[in-house]
Amino acid sequence: MGVLDIAKGMGVTLGKLFQKPVTVSYPEQRATLQPRFRGRHVLTRHPGTGLEKCIGCSLCAAVCPAYAIYVEAAENDPLNPTSPGERYAKVYEINMLRCIFCGLCEEACPTGAVVLGNEFEMADYRYRDFVYGKEDMLVSVEGSLPQRREAARTGKPVRLGFQVPQGPRPELEGVEYPR
Amino acid sequence: MPDWLAQLLITLLKAVLVAFALLTTFAYMTLIERRLLARMQIRVGPNRVGPGGLLQPLADAIKSIFKEDLSVTLADKLVYTLAPIVAIGMALTAFGGIPAGPPRSLFGTDPWVYQLDAGILALLALTSMGVYGIFLGGWASGSKYPILGGLRSSAQMISYELGMGLSVLGLLMLVGSTSFVRLVEWQAANGWLILFQVLGFALFLVSSFAETNRTPFDLPEAEQELVAGYLTEYSAIKWALFQMAEYVNMITASAIMATLFFGGYRGPVFLDGLIPGISGWPIIWLVVKIAFFLFLFIWVRATLPRLRYDQLMRFGWKLVLPVALANTLMTAAFLAFGRGVGLWLLALLSLAGLLLLFALSDRVRALWNTPTQRREAEGARVRPLGGD
Repeated sequence: MGVLDIAKGMGVTLGKLFQKPVTVSYPEQRATLQPRFRGRHVLTRHPGTGLEKCIGCSLCAAVCPAYAIYVEAAENDPLNPTSPGERYAKVYEINMLRCIFCGLCEEACPTGAVVLGNEFEMADYRYRDFVYGKEDMLVSVEGSLPQRREAARTGKPVRLGFQVPQGPRPELEGVEYPR
Repeated sequence: MPDWLAQLLITLLKAVLVAFALLTTFAYMTLIERRLLARMQIRVGPNRVGPGGLLQPLADAIKSIFKEDLSVTLADKLVYTLAPIVAIGMALTAFGGIPAGPPRSLFGTDPWVYQLDAGILALLALTSMGVYGIFLGGWASGSKYPILGGLRSSAQMISYELGMGLSVLGLLMLVGSTSFVRLVEWQAANGWLILFQVLGFALFLVSSFAETNRTPFDLPEAEQELVAGYLTEYSAIKWALFQMAEYVNMITASAIMATLFFGGYRGPVFLDGLIPGISGWPIIWLVVKIAFFLFLFIWVRATLPRLRYDQLMRFGWKLVLPVALANTLMTAAFLAFGRGVGLWLLALLSLAGLLLLFALSDRVRALWNTPTQRREAEGARVRPLGGD
């Protein structure tokens, strides 16, 4: 490293000092995500009937490398079915602290019920609050658990801190993210 | 009130003032450094606490005071607690000798806390006491990483202290005094010493970076090898005290550089011709010069990568030290034979020496390569693993 090289390097850093920062002021400004970004799981529904796609087969739980998924299936009520199959997921839980967002559950799912969405704002205080149930992941749910808790307390709507300019992926049927 | 009591009270007051000024500067240095580093990396930096992040130092202080203070069971509690205090104490004491103006210019008193005839020597001695803080901190932690880190850090600091001491030797010979005030007044009469001691200044600059453990010589906190070196086992306010010592040392080093080489509290002589009375703002000039050097410290941190330890030691012992000796020799030769010619000869010699060093930097380095590095430089083929 010669002295001239040092001088050159110093020139580069000095030049950057006068450039405009590229920082996104995240909570105030929305972060821009790519549609392929994989975040919190979404349990999708059939678009026409509104029935849950999950048939409680536990393949996602079986394939999960971190043992983060727990599924308990139950028989469908024939008159008032929850899912179009014989059975449905009575309990569907994912421990978000164990989940590594690898997407294997999404791959393994025969009905395309569990899909990784773009939601990532899940910071919370207690361990037990990171175990997300069906009520936290079904398609119409907006925001994560802490965000909804915050919204309930302040009376304001949930505000997602990110935007997906090209919209969600097609398999995320019915999911709306700010554009 | 007896005279000695008044003197004592005034000195105490000045000491408190200097400590307060230094600690405030330290606090805001951390913020300025983080903001500047961020901007040099095209980021924004801390801007959440208070307007523009101005309360960030306060938040940091509150956090480090109330953080849980952990220590190792085997730690020597007394020394372990005293070490950061020694480090910060020496750093704070060293600054007191820097003159912020000509004698009797501060309401009829001298604008410094203490002034010894052996000013520079005393200051070098004081800053070297900071090594005790670092080494004792590493030793008393009762754990192996810190003691290794402490050894490394003290070896580094001692090595560069020698270079630092030797590089000011030429300057002291030239001025014929070690008192800061005499030094500044000499510069006011003859021009800044940077002109006549470019080589000495370059060495001094490098040595002060190493002495204050700043990038590219921040090996004490080389986290990829040491997990923070001598302060591995420190937490909360004790850790903050070590950091504070580093920053205060940085401010002191800047002040020393400004005083020794850049005319101290005096403004540039040529400006006096353009705007009369401009060198009459001693403290402001000193602050401006210190600020410049502090910016340099941050700027270098944003640019240069950290040196490897053997590179650092080789650089200190095999380059800084001999070149500083050569600089001393050159100044002595000038004083013996060239005094009649004028100071410009020394300026020329010094500059020529620096340029020669720069021009030969690659070859000079090659001279001191280890056998392995020499073989690598000669393009020796790496023996393939197994087989032929």
